[in-house]
Amino acid sequence: MANIVQFENVGLRYGTGTETLSDVSFALAAGAFYFLTGPSGAGKTSLLKLLYLAQRPSRGMIRIFGEDAVTLPRNRLPGFRRRIGVVFQDFRLLPHLSAYDNIALPLRIAGIAESEIEAPVREMLAWVGLVDHGKAKPPTLSGGEQQRIAIARAVITRPEILVADEPTGNVDPDMAERLLHLFDSLNRLGTTVVVATHDFHLLNRIPNARMMRLERGRLNGIDGATGFAETGGEAG
Amino acid sequence: MKVDLIPITAGRRLLDEGRHTRAMRNIMAIMLFLTVLAAALGLAMFNARGALDRQLSGRLTVQILEPNFDKRDQQASAIVAKLDAMPGVARVAAVSQAELNRLLEPWLGGAAAQAELPMPALIDVDLATGDAAAVARVEQAARAIAPSAQVDRHSKWLGPVHDFLAMLSWVAVAVVLLMALATTAVVLLSARAGLDTHRQTISVLHMLGSTDVQIARLFQRRIAIDMLIGGALGTAAAMLAILFLGTQVATLGSELLNGLTLSHRGWAALAFLPVLFAVIGTLAARRAVLRALAGTL
Repeated sequence: MANIVQFENVGLRYGTGTETLSDVSFALAAGAFYFLTGPSGAGKTSLLKLLYLAQRPSRGMIRIFGEDAVTLPRNRLPGFRRRIGVVFQDFRLLPHLSAYDNIALPLRIAGIAESEIEAPVREMLAWVGLVDHGKAKPPTLSGGEQQRIAIARAVITRPEILVADEPTGNVDPDMAERLLHLFDSLNRLGTTVVVATHDFHLLNRIPNARMMRLERGRLNGIDGATGFAETGGEAG
Repeated sequence: MKVDLIPITAGRRLLDEGRHTRAMRNIMAIMLFLTVLAAALGLAMFNARGALDRQLSGRLTVQILEPNFDKRDQQASAIVAKLDAMPGVARVAAVSQAELNRLLEPWLGGAAAQAELPMPALIDVDLATGDAAAVARVEQAARAIAPSAQVDRHSKWLGPVHDFLAMLSWVAVAVVLLMALATTAVVLLSARAGLDTHRQTISVLHMLGSTDVQIARLFQRRIAIDMLIGGALGTAAAMLAILFLGTQVATLGSELLNGLTLSHRGWAALAFLPVLFAVIGTLAARRAVLRALAGTL
């Protein structure tokens, strides 16, 4: 499989502090499924921010979709971001918009005609099991429901890469497994999925997933994840 | 990269609007109310100046300073006859003794009617045009009959009034420009406050692939709507106030103040002001938002 993302000796420093990420090098194969694990404070969210272009590295090289993302001009960022779906740890739904409008947002941003929006949004609502909640505003929904709306919003444009930061952190185990199943379904459609989690119970649910372990800002390689030992990691 | 407009109804909802919108509309209503009043004053002064020019530019008074009453009256009659036949003279009339007495009565009381008072003979002349050559021809014709004749142009002694009206027009223009600047400043403050208020929303929109232009359009649209609604209310209120003041001026019966009118074009210009201000505000908001967003990733 061709690499869709490549990091080489990437370092990230906020302000004048110590490096949050140091010498991170890896490549993500197109269409693969990755878990990003590591204790709290290891730099998972920072790494994901670099992946979804919310942050530029302090050093190193990042190539996404075959182009240098470090020197990518600002005016080209929106085009790249539209190819990357993001599920934020804190959902980041717009609270004054309905669930329907939140899910429709990426399509509207992409300039899709209003007449062509309803069908995919309804399909997404059904996909995440919230078909009756289209008019509900996020503050009236439970954490799990908000999480599913956020996931629907992230995947409605069928992004080439899906980045999810602790997507199961706010839901019960059953719902977590269900959400993971959604990611797996998307992955089977060809999307490269990167899920940051420290829920080790989930890791065995995707047999072909690969594991990226991050500790103290350094990546300790990428493993094939089949048969990942639940006792072998630290759930921070 | 596509930068299509987010559909208007959906786009408007993207920015959570509440009390801010009402405050902005109220501010715009007040700004436009004051601006339209100032602009109306300027336009009325401009019109009054034009009316004054039209009324006075060709109006003259010929004075015959002759101590001999018989000779004075003969000269006056001759001058009236000559000017009456002169091309370019629209009207010529000797001011009657009774009219002269009436004019002097406030200063001289009953003594104004005494026949032995050495009064000049006065002749009112209206020229078709007020150009200097026509005035010179009248002066020449009058002096040919009465060497002591003096010609006064009304425009000369009403010059200071004309200048005052001109100054008021410029003051009104300055006030309108200052109001436009103040409105722009309010819009810039509002746009910056909006950016701060909607920081989270903007961040999400950016992460979902919004361009700066798309985000700026959300602010432009909101500010344009607020300015148009507020501006329309303020302009309507100001126009009602102007109509009321116009009726009050009309009751005064002053020839000078009657020139303080607004033409149809003047009313149209006033009605266009909220649109003009909305355009200025929208462009200012766009620039402010784009500049601010350029500093983000």
